[in-house]
Amino acid sequence: MDVEVRNIHKTFGKVHANNNISLTVKSGEVQGILGENGAGKSTLMKILSGFISLDAGSILLDGKEVNIASPADSVKLGIGMLHQDPLDFPPFKVLDNLILGSHEGMIPNRKKVRQEFIELQKQFDFSISPDAYIDSLSVGERQQLEIIRLLWLGAEVLILDEPTTGISAAQKLQLFAMVRKLSEQGKAILFVSHKLEEVGALCTQVAVFRQGMNVGQMRPPFDNDKLVEMMFGKILTRSDKKCCAQENVNIEVSDLKIDDARLPIKNVNFCIQKGEVIGLAGMEGSGQGLLLRALAGIIRPTGGHLWLHEENGSKRDYVGKHYFDFKNEGISFLPADRLDEGLIAGLDLKEHFILAEKQNGFFVDTKAALQLTEKRIKDFNIKGTAENKVESLSGGNQQRAELALLRQPLRLLLLDHPTRGLDIESTLYIWSKLKQRCSEGASIFFVSSDLDEILQYSDRILVFFGGKVSKPLDANGVSVDQLGQLIGGRGWE
Amino acid sequence: MDNSWVISIGSIFAWAAPVIFGVMGETITERAGVMNLSLNGSLILTAMVGFVVGTTTNSFLLGFVAAAIVGALVALLIAFMSISLKQSQVAVGYVLAIATKSLAYFLGAPYVGKPVMLLPQVPIPLLSSIPIIGPILFKQTILTYLSYVAIFVCFWWIFKTHQGLVLQGIGERPSAAYIRGVNVNRMRYIYTAIGGGLVGIGGALYSLSVKTWNGQLSGFDGIGWIILAITIFGSWHPLKGALGAYLFVLLQYLGIVLQPLLPNVNSRIFQVAPFPLMILALLFVNIGNAEWVDRTLAGLPENVRRTIAKVLRAMRTSPPAALGIPFEKE
Repeated sequence: MDVEVRNIHKTFGKVHANNNISLTVKSGEVQGILGENGAGKSTLMKILSGFISLDAGSILLDGKEVNIASPADSVKLGIGMLHQDPLDFPPFKVLDNLILGSHEGMIPNRKKVRQEFIELQKQFDFSISPDAYIDSLSVGERQQLEIIRLLWLGAEVLILDEPTTGISAAQKLQLFAMVRKLSEQGKAILFVSHKLEEVGALCTQVAVFRQGMNVGQMRPPFDNDKLVEMMFGKILTRSDKKCCAQENVNIEVSDLKIDDARLPIKNVNFCIQKGEVIGLAGMEGSGQGLLLRALAGIIRPTGGHLWLHEENGSKRDYVGKHYFDFKNEGISFLPADRLDEGLIAGLDLKEHFILAEKQNGFFVDTKAALQLTEKRIKDFNIKGTAENKVESLSGGNQQRAELALLRQPLRLLLLDHPTRGLDIESTLYIWSKLKQRCSEGASIFFVSSDLDEILQYSDRILVFFGGKVSKPLDANGVSVDQLGQLIGGRGWE
Repeated sequence: MDNSWVISIGSIFAWAAPVIFGVMGETITERAGVMNLSLNGSLILTAMVGFVVGTTTNSFLLGFVAAAIVGALVALLIAFMSISLKQSQVAVGYVLAIATKSLAYFLGAPYVGKPVMLLPQVPIPLLSSIPIIGPILFKQTILTYLSYVAIFVCFWWIFKTHQGLVLQGIGERPSAAYIRGVNVNRMRYIYTAIGGGLVGIGGALYSLSVKTWNGQLSGFDGIGWIILAITIFGSWHPLKGALGAYLFVLLQYLGIVLQPLLPNVNSRIFQVAPFPLMILALLFVNIGNAEWVDRTLAGLPENVRRTIAKVLRAMRTSPPAALGIPFEKE
């Protein structure tokens, strides 16, 4: 089915989220839609999927103008949207999730649905059990399930909204293979992303959105520099890969053992040098998160040592110490879920700084806090004011705020997916700030599902597979392929 | 054979019928994502309405219909305040629990002492002549039979029908139900009203079958709160909820029966014991939710662990994730 939107306008208050956007996607095309956060990509997709109504403009399917007033309308017309966080029912069984909202009658014919589900799955080599509970599936599998559900309902146009956020490298390959197959079948696909590499690998044409406008189209071969310039209206320079690692050992991990019911980890041995960046690669849930939390003092290891080395050569074992002791030693942890674990939704930036800083006396020194907050907002280029509640900030600005909240000086910074969901500009900014910390002597230990990010910024890499931890690999001597093999469980002794 | 114990056990099912209707009503309401905290008050109000309408019109049917309507209206008030006006369901429900109770005692005062009429027992032919089970289960009032039916209809509706999936969906993740074409708020209104109606039948059942309207329902006031607890401990599952309701009534009944047999024990213990015993029993039903069980299981051999984990997983139900949260499309 061909989709066309003509002169779409949509405003939210003063913000012109979609300003005269026109776009045509023919059947069989994979249309990439690039743009930084807030460029208007999601608004257009929500209009197409019936979540929000347009102010002006028209939508045409196969040349016929249609009116989409609700998500149900858009599904009936053959438009299916995969939301960033798949909109399914976690406690349901796969089959029930499929049946809800289908055209099944009073008593659903489970046998028939099961058969149809298995047939559809076969086409794409998926193997999700129809009787599995959704909350036991990974995000990648839930995406697969959601796409299958949309196809089952007869979707001819598929909208994928940032689908690669939060899935593993292997699942990404599966997803891409599925998208290619669907486009061969003649489906029109809209692939929303802010990652150039993905768009380049998958799309047959790309539109770039900036400030609510469609600022240009491109067909392959894609000129990445040109695309970036279109996205940001200026040329961005990537920081050179520069190594700040020093000779001195910062932290030594020896024979570390973590008891976890599902994923016991043992015999972990490595040293972290001062100023070094170590990237943790592996499929989600292979043990990276556990090690990260053990080093932060949140999980208590059941054996081994965690030596903190001092300038004068002495060392102290920190296994079994309290999280606050770790924090006092300058070991800080930034969780992946910024609003749930990292920041406190409902409090504004100033209040965050009051909480983060050591307080003197009983009463809050609002004036000093305000000064500090405003200074940090400037230092870290946060788009927001001291009185902005953190949940009103964009993801990139929340992450900047988290970095701004860290104490000085730092010994070790532990990051769980530091740039998940951020656009390129924010990602570059965050990493420039992190590298600055490294040059001051802090070591960085980070988990990411983006292999390019790991290769780009790490000095050394640890690969995880099913609770096994590899020896540290030199990031300069290893390729994406090699890493992919290790992550997939091949090449381990 | 001495039949008195058979009659006694039979009366447990009769006593439990109002509780069953209450638990089913609340289960459906909460499954839809709305919490009807007014339960205790609306039970008393509908007990009064059922009694007054029933005795003045001399019609049981009208009594139950009137009580169901009043129950549904109270529930709709909560739905309106919470779904349309986005007010706190807890605050609104709590205030209504007190207001409806006072209203019942106020409006019902002139009718205290009116001639009593109690729902007659209608033995079911054949079934009631089965030894032991027959007289216990099938020599009851029509409404007690309906309470059995209500349990299975609720179970069947929630877990076997398409509409039941929709009901689970709107309480679990309304946004996901919305993209599947469900009018979330309308469905929530409907289920809240149905739930309230069932609660109303439960109320009328108390004053027209178990006891009568005597102006101060000392044995009944408070049951509404217990029903809320049974709904939670019954994990929003009609069968488990029914089990909890019967268990609670049984414990209360035992308290009355055992008291004369054990004169040395303080009588207050019999009055209070049902409550902690209830909590313990239902805790056991929900054992699959506990984390220490997971940890203990991890030590077992793989195949044993898998089997047990599967059983526990099947027993486990978590609260409707969107319970008490109003739904707003962006």
